[in-house]
Amino acid sequence: MTTNSPDAGPTHKAVEAGVTLLIALFGAIVIYGSVKAGINWGAEGPRAGFFPFYVGIFIIASSAINLWNGLRDGDDALFAEWGQLRQVMSVVLPTAIYVGVMPFTGLYLASIIFIGWFMRWLGKYSWLVVTAVALGMPIVTYLIFERWFLVPLPKGPIEEWLGL
Amino acid sequence: MEELVNLFHGFAVALQPFNIMVMILGIVLGVIIGVLPGLGGANGVAILLPLTFSMPPTSAIIMLSCIYWGALFGGAITSILFNIPGEPWSVATTFDGYPMAQQGKAGEALTAAFTSSFVGALFAVVMITLVAPLVASFALRFGPAEKFAVYFLAFCSFVGLSKEPPFKTIAAMMIGFALAAVGLDSITGQLRLTFGSTELLNGFDFLIAVIGLFGIGEILLTMEEGLAFRGGKAKIDLRVVVQTWKQMPQYWITSLRSCLIGCWMGITPAGATPASFMSYGIAKRVSKHGHNFGKGEVEGVIAPETAAHAAGTAALLPMLSLGVPGSPTAAVLLGGLLIWGLQPGPMLFVEQKEFVWGLIASMYLGNLVGLIVVLTCVPVFAAILRVPFSIIAPLILVLCAIGAYSVHSSTFDVVMMLVFGVVGYLLKKCNYPLAPLVLAIVLGDKAEEAFRQSLLGSQGSLGVFFSNTLVGTIMVLGLVALFWSLIQQGYTRLRTAVA
Amino acid sequence: MKHSVLHVALATVALFGAGTVAANAAWEPVRPVEFIVPAGTGGGADQMARTIQGIVTKHGLMKQPMVVINKSGGAGGEGFLDVKGSGNNPHKIIITLSNLFTTPLATGIPFNWKDMTPVAMLALDEFVLWVNAEKLYNTVKDFVDAVKQAPSGSMKMGGTGSKQEDQIITVAVEKATGAKFTYIPYKGGGEVAVQLVGNHVDSTVNNPIEAVAQWRGGKLRPLCVFDGKQMDYDEVIADGKGWKDIPTCKSQGLDMEYLMLRGIFMGPKATKDQVEYYIDLFKKVRATPEWQDFMKSGAFNTTFLTGADYAKWVETEEKRHETLMKEAGFLATAGN
Repeated sequence: MTTNSPDAGPTHKAVEAGVTLLIALFGAIVIYGSVKAGINWGAEGPRAGFFPFYVGIFIIASSAINLWNGLRDGDDALFAEWGQLRQVMSVVLPTAIYVGVMPFTGLYLASIIFIGWFMRWLGKYSWLVVTAVALGMPIVTYLIFERWFLVPLPKGPIEEWLGL
Repeated sequence: MEELVNLFHGFAVALQPFNIMVMILGIVLGVIIGVLPGLGGANGVAILLPLTFSMPPTSAIIMLSCIYWGALFGGAITSILFNIPGEPWSVATTFDGYPMAQQGKAGEALTAAFTSSFVGALFAVVMITLVAPLVASFALRFGPAEKFAVYFLAFCSFVGLSKEPPFKTIAAMMIGFALAAVGLDSITGQLRLTFGSTELLNGFDFLIAVIGLFGIGEILLTMEEGLAFRGGKAKIDLRVVVQTWKQMPQYWITSLRSCLIGCWMGITPAGATPASFMSYGIAKRVSKHGHNFGKGEVEGVIAPETAAHAAGTAALLPMLSLGVPGSPTAAVLLGGLLIWGLQPGPMLFVEQKEFVWGLIASMYLGNLVGLIVVLTCVPVFAAILRVPFSIIAPLILVLCAIGAYSVHSSTFDVVMMLVFGVVGYLLKKCNYPLAPLVLAIVLGDKAEEAFRQSLLGSQGSLGVFFSNTLVGTIMVLGLVALFWSLIQQGYTRLRTAVA
Repeated sequence: MKHSVLHVALATVALFGAGTVAANAAWEPVRPVEFIVPAGTGGGADQMARTIQGIVTKHGLMKQPMVVINKSGGAGGEGFLDVKGSGNNPHKIIITLSNLFTTPLATGIPFNWKDMTPVAMLALDEFVLWVNAEKLYNTVKDFVDAVKQAPSGSMKMGGTGSKQEDQIITVAVEKATGAKFTYIPYKGGGEVAVQLVGNHVDSTVNNPIEAVAQWRGGKLRPLCVFDGKQMDYDEVIADGKGWKDIPTCKSQGLDMEYLMLRGIFMGPKATKDQVEYYIDLFKKVRATPEWQDFMKSGAFNTTFLTGADYAKWVETEEKRHETLMKEAGFLATAGN
């Protein structure tokens, strides 16, 4: 699985089994939370955890069937090639960083860097275009959201310093 | 007759130059609000409410209702172009609207969506004009049991439709129900599934889930297939409007059915979201193009859009005559009425004739103005798809982040949006249908609430769901819809057996 | 050189002086003020916040804009936690309703009103016992007798939210009369009133503003008000009666008084100047004709309190809610 040949990649079967197990785990968490909230049928009808409990049971039961069906399937088609997954990760990781730093830097600075990175790295645009879009979009956003529609967006030290 | 005289008087009020100006302004603002995720209709109307204080009440409410129309029109734009529904009732529009855009038919899809919205809303306004008093008393018959029955019907007419394996559909829907249950349980006033986390107090908002599952998920799928937005070859001149209009009359049955579903769902306080899903589901079942739904069939855009707008419009009637808002946007409109000293309720039609008929007349005109405004912009919207992916994608991601943030002003929600994005990508690749999941998030807690309110009232007896003809009929219709394919099979078998 | 040193010294003094002057001058917002509503759009608190926003905008009472933001998650817990966490941000105020007390008690979220700074009580919202006008109950006594005769629990009381003010009043009514209701929670007060019109519940304890339209339309009938004295507004609403003609519940043998706070709080570290600024602002708001119309349309009790009086009132109410909710069994169980 470590080869970098263009058509290698995780099999569909393996990924699907993983996803199914994750769904089952989610179902288990739901059941645990429901039991904590009370799952019986009280004097006033069902209690808070009654419905989520059965929903959790359904999730686990259907996941078991899905897992069985998936594993029985003899097909060993690829889920995606490693190269394709790398493409996907090249968006997911920067977006994760973008989302992660937003509480500290504020929306605007993070957006400028994120848009700039995306356009320069993936789009290979000239610095002029990159700068124009990366600065233009947050400014327009600021005007529309904060100035006209009065929707406050997350701000960081720079906005604080600028007194915005 | 008296109503018609009143209506013409209303037209005279609405057609004053100042009011027409206000109308156009309202529509344009509304479209902007509808297009930007994070500025929902409720949000926009609320923000602009204070601006209208310097106007006479009739102009003010015309402006606010035009913002409402504009936002309704605008919601379809992002659904079709980017697979991001800004409002719950635009979700069903993505099913066929987005595939159409990918096939280069964005202009057709937008025209069909806008025109259907107009038709749906017009139908509902005509109904309001003619039978308002009758309808108001019908809405009063809806208690919790009846409401649950309507949700039940909406679910049943939608499930059992997908091509995906049935147990994956069940799993997806149950995930939606579980997510809808997180937060405060409104019946016992107790927190559940929050595990002591204060971030989870709010539960999972529909918008965050949908922006992630549909919007971000789609961008990830696009990345996997190389950096291209399919659909760049969309026609961008106004002829596409006329061409689409020529095709539309052949779907008149779908339109009419969707109008009726929409009006009915709007008056029963279930609202536009179940109406759009139900209308889509039924159209898929009975249309001769049904097998093609989900792959870019224009009928799959017409059905949900018509129903959603008929419902959104019809919902204004219970608001005016009973004082119960059918949606958050309507709730803010209601607040606006109160501030001007107009008390919605049974006496509004008697005491404030000029206002009510001015509003109804503005519904006719506002819709027409709205249709003209958005149709002339179709080429502009379609041209957005020509912007290269590596420019538009980061902009969409940033706008999605803003949209997710502004739901609760919480950066935690932005993180959740990304998680939903990755989950959406994985689920879609693994052949799990996302539509039932979203439907369950939107309606799950409402249906549960209605169910438990009914049981409280009946002291635990399930008989309450068949206790009168109204609720019984709706429940039976729901069961029929659920087992429709079985019934159909049985019928065919019976016929072959007889023959 | 000496010259320039003198200059610097003078400049420093001048700067210093300017600084002290600025600090002494009254505080004023320098950016948009967020007005948090710990409830959904369209409810009573939301309507009041948006009315205030409108009044402030229309009369230009504040140089910066005021933005209403709904944070209704977890029965308002979301909004309270937001203000609690806002530290010394003076551009954030919150309007409260009874969930200031009920939400932390019923859900166990880590919050108490002392985590915020009290600014002012704007008004108190009344509660009225309503029945459908088609029913034959004309007095509280008729109604209580009917409830007692019906099988236990078969009479339905509709209300807003669970383990909140409406249900607290319901429990108190049960205690005072010995009758048993089935309480059915709904999302909003307007919906509750319509459910009563449609006969899906038998009675409600709606606020005046939520039910007045149905009263005016002849669909509902008020039986009594849960206040120590009758309401002040004598304008005729329906059947030749006005708010003033509704008897107090106590005079009708239902010994329960309940008023809901509509008050303003801000972040925990607000300075005296900042609190003074907002008190002054709300005094101006209260003087406008729009505010007075709003008070009249909702038959509010217009008590205005600030500072220590206000804090004392809140403290007393908190104790009272704790007792009421404990008796009703509404307190959160540990570990939830």
